[in-house]
Amino acid sequence: MGRLGLTAGCCLLAFAGAGLAGEVHERVLDNGLKVIVEEDHRAPIAVSQVWYKVGSSYEHQGITGISHLLEHMMFKGTPKHPAGEFARIIAANGGEQNAFTGRDYTAYFETLAKDRLPVAFELEADRMRNLSLRPADFAKESEVVKEERRLRTEDKPESLAFEQFAAVAYRSSPYRHPVIGWMRDIDALTVNDLRAWYRRWYAPNNATLVVVGDVDPAQVFALAQKYFGPLKPETLTAPKPAFEIPQLGPTRLQVRIPARQPYLIIGYKTPVVGHAGADWEPYALEMLVSVLDGGSSARISRDLVRGKEIAASAGADYTAFARLPGMLVIDGTPTKDHRVAELEKALEAEVARLRKDLVSPDELERVRTQVVASKVFNRDSVFYQAMQIGTLETVGLDWRLADQYVRNISAVTAEQVRDVARKYLVDEDRTVAVLEPLPETVPTAQGGEPGGPRGDIEDVR
Amino acid sequence: MCADRMLRGALALALLAGLALPSAAAEATPTIQSWETRNGARVLFVEAPELPILDVRVIFDAASSRDDGHPGLANLTGTLLLAGAGPWDADALARRLENVGAEMSSGVLRDMAWVSARTLTAEKPLNVTVETLAAVLAKPHVSPRDLERIRAGVQVSLRQDEQSPGEIAEKAFYRALYGDDPYAGDPKGTAASVAAITRDEILAFYKRHYVARNAVVALVGALDRAQAEQLAERITAGLPAGEHAGPLPKIPEPTKARLDRIAFPSTQTHIYVGEPGMSRTDPDYFPLFVGNHILGGNGLVSLLADEVRQKRGLSYSVYSAFVPMRRRGPFLMVAQTRNDQAPEALSVMRATLTHFIDEGPTATQLEAAKENITGGFPLNIASNKDIVQYLAMIGFYGLPLDYLSTLVDKVNAVTAEQVRDAFARRVDPTRLLTVVVGGEAEPASASL
Repeated sequence: MGRLGLTAGCCLLAFAGAGLAGEVHERVLDNGLKVIVEEDHRAPIAVSQVWYKVGSSYEHQGITGISHLLEHMMFKGTPKHPAGEFARIIAANGGEQNAFTGRDYTAYFETLAKDRLPVAFELEADRMRNLSLRPADFAKESEVVKEERRLRTEDKPESLAFEQFAAVAYRSSPYRHPVIGWMRDIDALTVNDLRAWYRRWYAPNNATLVVVGDVDPAQVFALAQKYFGPLKPETLTAPKPAFEIPQLGPTRLQVRIPARQPYLIIGYKTPVVGHAGADWEPYALEMLVSVLDGGSSARISRDLVRGKEIAASAGADYTAFARLPGMLVIDGTPTKDHRVAELEKALEAEVARLRKDLVSPDELERVRTQVVASKVFNRDSVFYQAMQIGTLETVGLDWRLADQYVRNISAVTAEQVRDVARKYLVDEDRTVAVLEPLPETVPTAQGGEPGGPRGDIEDVR
Repeated sequence: MCADRMLRGALALALLAGLALPSAAAEATPTIQSWETRNGARVLFVEAPELPILDVRVIFDAASSRDDGHPGLANLTGTLLLAGAGPWDADALARRLENVGAEMSSGVLRDMAWVSARTLTAEKPLNVTVETLAAVLAKPHVSPRDLERIRAGVQVSLRQDEQSPGEIAEKAFYRALYGDDPYAGDPKGTAASVAAITRDEILAFYKRHYVARNAVVALVGALDRAQAEQLAERITAGLPAGEHAGPLPKIPEPTKARLDRIAFPSTQTHIYVGEPGMSRTDPDYFPLFVGNHILGGNGLVSLLADEVRQKRGLSYSVYSAFVPMRRRGPFLMVAQTRNDQAPEALSVMRATLTHFIDEGPTATQLEAAKENITGGFPLNIASNKDIVQYLAMIGFYGLPLDYLSTLVDKVNAVTAEQVRDAFARRVDPTRLLTVVVGGEAEPASASL
C-alpha cells in the first residue's frame, strides 16, 4: 500500500468487503429525518451516528473549510448545554464521541453502552437546531483549526503535494479544494458565515441517523421520534451544480518544497456509482484497483516493490461511492537506486498492461475471495458497519448497495476490467504530480545529536 | 478504511491508546483460558463463537530493547519473517494467504515483536493460515535479496521521518530521556546502524529470540478449547524451547531538567515534555492511569485540553500519557503550535502539570474519570480485534488472568489522595525533559 490513506485523506471509504451483519430497518420521521438501525447483538454496546449532507464539496472558493470549522463549533454548546458539556456528559456516561468532515458529509458519533442511547440522542437533537455559535468561541476555535491545518498539511510534504495535485487535477469540481480549507479562507471566515451555513444544512430533512448495535429497532425508532421528532425541518435549497469540465490533455506539476524523499502521484478521472456510463463500470474499477494493490500478492507489491524493486512503497486508490466523479489515484515513493521518473514509467507500464491484456482468472478469484472474507471480518466492528450505511446514504446512494457489493464485484469480468482501463485510464485524462525535495533547506536530523543549542534550563512555572 | 483526516484531537490519542489504554471491566468480560504448549510457549485464549473468524497474535520478547548495540536489528528481523518462509518465497507466501482471504502482518516496537493473522475458520483458510504462520515463525528464509530490499525500505522510511517535525521530536525525546538504555533508540534504528547490520547478525538474533519460551500466543475466535490447544501446538511446533530473553537494566533516573531545541523549517513547533513514567506492572499503575486521564488522557475532556486548546486555541492535538512498558515507559505531554506561540504553550503545559501535582484531582474530576473509564470498558472489549490485543498485553507482561474482570474494581478503588500522592512521588517537575522542534517564529521568538 502507498500512503494514500494519509495523503488523499478525505473520506475514501475502502469498500473492499462491504457488507452488513444483521437485519437493517429504516424509517423516515415526519420532519424528514431518515433513521436506519442495524441489529448486532455481539456486545452490549451501540454506536449512534448523525450524518449531514454537507462537506467541502458543497463549498465554493472563498468559504473553503467552512463545513469543517462548523464541525468544530458543534462542540461549543447550545443554550441548554453550554460549551464543553457535550463531551463531558458523554464521557461521564462511559461513552466515546467525535466527529469527522469529508468532501461529501459531516458526521457526529457516539459509542456507548446500549442503555445510554437516549443520552446521545438528546444531545445530538439539541445541537442539530440550537447551536450557540458565539463569537468568542469562534475566534478560539478558528485558531485551533489553523493549527490543525499546520499539523496535517503545511508541515507534511506529501500532504502538501497531494493538496497541490488535487487543486490542479480538478478543473472545476469542488473536489479541488481541501476539506480543511485554504488557510486564507479559514482566516477570513466569520461567525455569521457559519451561522448561515448551519441554518442551511443542519436540519432533520438533511440528515441521516444511523444506529448499529445491541438494540431493538422499534425502541430506537421510538427514541428517535421522542428526541428528534419535534425538530422543525428546513426549506432546503439544492446545491448549485458541481461538475468537472472535461480535461483536454495530460497535465504535470512539480511541487518543490523542503523534503527528504521524492513522491509521485498519478491520477485519472473516473466515474462513481450513479454517474457512470454503465452500472458495472465503478465495480470494474474497484476490481482493477484490487488487481493492482489488493494486498501483498497484488501487482504493485509483487512486481514493483519486490520484482523490479523500483518502488519503496506504492499504492492505488479508488472509491465507487461518492457524490461526484473523482479520480483513480496511484502514488508511490521510489527506492534509493531509482529516480521518480523510472517509477512513473513503471507504474504507467502497469496501467498500459491493464489496457492491453486481460487480467488472469487467478487474480479475479483472489479478489473475490478477499472481498467475501472482508465482509465477515468487518462484522467485527459496529462502527465500520455504521460508517458504510452512513456514507452510502449521505452521498445520495442506498445502504443496500453495501449488501450487494460482493455480488457486484464478483460479477466483474476480465473484459470489463480491460474496458474501463481503456476508457478511463487514458493519457488525455491523466495528471501527474512530482514532489521534488529541496533538501538543502532541511537539516539532517538522522542519527547522532540533534542540531541547535541545548542545555539545562530553569523550570518555568 | 481510510481514516478521515478530520477526526479530531482524539485521533493522536487513539494511536497512543493502543499501547497505553487499559479500561475497566463490566458485566461481560471475556473468560481468558491459559496454558503452555509442549515446548513452553504461553497461550492465552478467548472463545468467541459469534463470528467464523480467528485472530492470532504471536508476541516475542524480541523487539528493539534487545538490539544489543545494533539499533534496527530486531526490526529488520521481524520484518523479514514474512518475506519468504518454509517452501514459499515472498510472492508465494503472500499469494497463498490472500488466495484464502487471510491477512498477516508483523511489527516491532521497543518491547514487543509480533506476527498477527486473521482468517476465516472454514477448514481451508484456517489450515493454510496456520501452516503459513508456523513456517513464518520457524523457517523464515532471510534471503540476502529480501534483506537488501527491506533494508533499503527502512532507509527510505527513516528519511521520511526526517521530513516530519513530530517524528524528529519524538525520537529526540526518547533519545534524551533514556540515554544509553535500549529504550533510547527508534525501533527502526538509524541510517548508519541499519546499513551496518549483517545477515549473520540477523540469523543469530532470530535463533536466540524466536523461541517458544520467549513467545506468547494470543488466540480469539470461533474455536473450542481442544481446537485452540491443537492450533497453538501447530503454530509453535517448529520453535525450539530456548530461553526467555531475560531482564534488562534499570531505567536511568534523570537528575535535573533539560531542554533540547532542534531547528526545523516547519510552521509549527512540536513540544514533548516528560520523564520516565511507569511500567505495566507498576504498583502505582492505577492511581497514575486514572490521574493522567484527568490531566490529559481523555481527549477534549482533560485539564491540558482545556487550558491549551479550549481556553487559548494554541494547539489542535494536546495530550498527556503514561506509556506503560516492560520497564518504565515515558510519561509525556505533547502539543504542537505555531512557532511564535511555543513559549506560551510550553509554559501553560508545565503550569497545568505543576498545579495538578500540587493539588491533585477534585472529587468531581475523579468521579467523572472513573465513570468514563469504567463505563467505557465494554467498548474496549467489543471486538475480537480488541480482545486479542488485550490478551497479547496480559500474556507478554505477565499480568493476572483476571486483569479484565478486576479492572473496574481497581479503577473504582482509586482515591484522590492516592492520585495526588502517586503524582507527587512519580512526576518531578524540577527534572522534566523538554524537547522542542520547530522553525523560527515570525517575528523573532521569545526565548523558551
